[in-house]
Amino acid sequence: MAIYSKEEAKQIMDKALSYSNAETCEINLSGDNSGNIRYARNTVSTAGFQNNQNMVVQSSFGKKSGIATIDEFTDETIARAVKTSEELAKLAPENPEFMDPLGPQDYDEANQYFKSTADINPDYRADVAAKSIEPARAKDVTAAGFLDDYASFDAMANSKGLFAYNQSTELNFTVTMRSNDGTGSGWVTRDVNDVNNFDGAEASAIAIDKALQSRNAKAIEPGKYTVILEPAASSGLLGNMFRSFNARTADEGRSFMSKEGGGTKLGEKIVDERINAYSDPGNALVPGRTWNGSGLPVKRKDWLKNGVVDNLFYSRYWAKEKGVDPVPFPSNIIMEGGDASLEDLIKDTEKGVLVTRMWYIRTVDPQTLLYTGLTRDGTFYIENGKIKHPVKNFRFNESPIIMLNNLETLGQQVRIDGDLIPYMKIRDFTFSSLSDAV
Amino acid sequence: MKRRDFIQMAGMGGAAMMSVPILGNAVSVEALLAPGMDAPAKKVLADVALNTARSMGATYADARIGRYLNQYVFTREDKVQNVVNTESFGVGVRVIANGTWGFSSTIDVTPEGIKKATEIAISIAKANSKIQKEPVILAPVQSFGEVEWKTPIEKNAIEVPVSEKADLLLTANAAAIENGANYVNSALFQVNEQKYFASTDGSYIDQDVHRIWPYMQVTAIGENGGKFKSRQGLSAPMGLGYEYMDPDPNETFEGPGGVKLFRNRYDLVADAADAAKQAKEMLSENTKSVDPGKYDLVLEPNHLGLTIHESVGHPLELDRVLGYEANYAGTSFATIDKWKKKDFQYGSKLVNLVADKTQVGSLGAVGYDDEGVQCKEWDLVKDGVLVNYQAIRDQVHMIDQSESHGCCYSQSWNDVQFQRMPNVSLRPGAEKLSAMDMIKDVEKGIYIAGRGSYSIDQQRYNFQFGGTVFYEIKDGKIAGMLNDVAYQSNTQEFWNSCSAICDESDYKMFGSFFDGKGQPPQISAVSHGSSTTRFNEINVINTGRNI
Repeated sequence: MAIYSKEEAKQIMDKALSYSNAETCEINLSGDNSGNIRYARNTVSTAGFQNNQNMVVQSSFGKKSGIATIDEFTDETIARAVKTSEELAKLAPENPEFMDPLGPQDYDEANQYFKSTADINPDYRADVAAKSIEPARAKDVTAAGFLDDYASFDAMANSKGLFAYNQSTELNFTVTMRSNDGTGSGWVTRDVNDVNNFDGAEASAIAIDKALQSRNAKAIEPGKYTVILEPAASSGLLGNMFRSFNARTADEGRSFMSKEGGGTKLGEKIVDERINAYSDPGNALVPGRTWNGSGLPVKRKDWLKNGVVDNLFYSRYWAKEKGVDPVPFPSNIIMEGGDASLEDLIKDTEKGVLVTRMWYIRTVDPQTLLYTGLTRDGTFYIENGKIKHPVKNFRFNESPIIMLNNLETLGQQVRIDGDLIPYMKIRDFTFSSLSDAV
Repeated sequence: MKRRDFIQMAGMGGAAMMSVPILGNAVSVEALLAPGMDAPAKKVLADVALNTARSMGATYADARIGRYLNQYVFTREDKVQNVVNTESFGVGVRVIANGTWGFSSTIDVTPEGIKKATEIAISIAKANSKIQKEPVILAPVQSFGEVEWKTPIEKNAIEVPVSEKADLLLTANAAAIENGANYVNSALFQVNEQKYFASTDGSYIDQDVHRIWPYMQVTAIGENGGKFKSRQGLSAPMGLGYEYMDPDPNETFEGPGGVKLFRNRYDLVADAADAAKQAKEMLSENTKSVDPGKYDLVLEPNHLGLTIHESVGHPLELDRVLGYEANYAGTSFATIDKWKKKDFQYGSKLVNLVADKTQVGSLGAVGYDDEGVQCKEWDLVKDGVLVNYQAIRDQVHMIDQSESHGCCYSQSWNDVQFQRMPNVSLRPGAEKLSAMDMIKDVEKGIYIAGRGSYSIDQQRYNFQFGGTVFYEIKDGKIAGMLNDVAYQSNTQEFWNSCSAICDESDYKMFGSFFDGKGQPPQISAVSHGSSTTRFNEINVINTGRNI
């Protein structure tokens, strides 16, 4: 068992700190139990279970630091790791960007840990796989899926008295269903902290349905289309956009967030005024960590307010350089949505394309946040408020900035990969070529 | 990125971030240099696994005792940002019981620890056998007894003092800044896998594998701010020692457009200076944004390698073809029925694509794969026709073959081995032909060097590739640099449009150091060799936008 309680973690870390002779010393302690099951061709292919634990000791003298890591925590190994890190620090070059460790901080309570998830056993995983494979086989469909679950803890302590602790659990599930004639493919993804909110059979049924509905797709001309993006389709592009909210690269002039003539786009309207996005580790639907790797408290923060850039993230070093408060990287993204369901969005669409998922997204031009990628596993043509037929997949070349400026309607939010993202209807989305891939 | 075993290098790609996997514990340089356990001691321990497995009814077992050493050095401009030394040591045991695979691993490399790990592997195999539909069929393998293999390096990179490496990176950064760059990120990745393999088929194989990759990204900012261009280094990750970092005029070539190209030795400082000049040139108002349309593309090896990787390497992995990767990277257009017909024209008659794990200096080169099969070379596409796949011991029977191709790999003792891409390379043309001669025949074309943006669909039909630098070819001559170039094509159409391949003297390797596959994902490193090659009438798009 590698999940230490807050008290146990503190005791081990205090012991490490007691051995320290450095000017400052910082300890990170973490551990996890993780299990997984993988299946393909309607049978289980691999299954595994791992537990890991790890202590990272960073000792510093002035701006020189050294790191040593151990995975066994006896008095002897801890003392040796502390000594090694000190020896390495003395030999290390000065790091001009070194920041002294923070003193004690106030953190909000996190709510990421659920015993129900920590108690998942191999039988549960096998049962999820079976309930995914059996209905697939019954409908002449082949299932390939992956489920992994984690129970983990992270703790941090330093010689200035800071102490932080977090426990979390998580389950991720994806399954691809392919019709046995090879012409249809469907996919679904789910992620939860509490396994009681997960129903693998329900998720698998959606993917099976998409596989059957997407058979014998017709080719339509590439070009600009009104699209309805499921949250799994837009989250990749949105994630890439939010990663560019970095004050340092913006200030340095090498980011989309850099402004012509110098400075950043902080305070500028960059997307439709209906776009509001923030992060909040306290949101019960997408609970996040309440402290980051440098020990900074993570709290609710607005990133886009009425389409205007409200914050960029600042590391402690860059905040000091710029004379501002540090803004930690968010632990989740919550994009405000509307009331419309997917069915409502389809009903209100005269002509358009419904996209299940986007795949193999890569940067084409960091200057304009232009990305390329492809639709996958369920792309459908909509006409007069109804899904008319499946269409062949497209390659797109599009920027999330252009996409969010071409917003038609925001729909209901869905949890996707730890974030809350709404269904979105977007006009003039650029599909540049057709793909034969199913 | 959810798992924490990665360090994010902010700023490595302008706004983008580069995720670098870290495997193992942070240790001192001295710890990296300490000798590991000797082969006789490893044999005794491995036999514990094999004997335990046999006594519990396993029909097959292998044990991999691995010591994996990494040293990564990161710099930007005039600063050393980080030096990471890691060591990972443990044992992985794989068994077949009741016709089903089981795997377990442990850091407890003692007879007791290994016995326990073997028992767990057996119990997993037996549990999974209840839902197994078809028992594992292993192709026979030769028994090699006690053998060893070592990457033929001249200088062990890990033995070179860190200060010397940091000085080299900082000297290169300074050269870039002197030549007009505003920012430079550079890094040196060094990997040493010391792995011992033993199996119930009677092999005890001790291997010492080395790889190196100097990485660099140089960025120039326009005068008024708001515009920036980056140019990556034109190195290739290699299966070489630190000798790769010693410039050699005989291994440096001037390509079309004056682009400096490197073969088995790299000149980081010279490349840094060129990178800065070229990034500045990309920002110049005189540099044309490409007119979209059809062009003849002349692709330099360090660019073409990535296209080979994505459009040939991945689609011909047998596990993808069969559907084992359907939920992650996808399946393949190169289906078994196409291969069985023996006339599927993957490319034009000039196209000969070969797989190997033997090429000296390549990332994939080892003596034996991670299930004890001696490595070799084999044809994938011959005279344009699809002739074979990449397959391992438990797969080859599915394509009616009796001998493994020897391309089984695991990133660590801690992960189970599976089919991974070997080196996949394009054979050079038989007739004498230089890149400059090839360009003479091109009326309207583009010369592309270095890797760029890449994206391909889940069955490997439709792809889009960028590059590092682009030069317009007009009436047989280089007519200047171009911006905003990407080409889109379909794999089969693309390879069938191949109209000329330069000769052996132009042959160089491209490499992918952190290629990902599987769930949970594992990395591997692989090279792709080729000579400069021409593809006619390819669709080029303009990627410039105004926002």
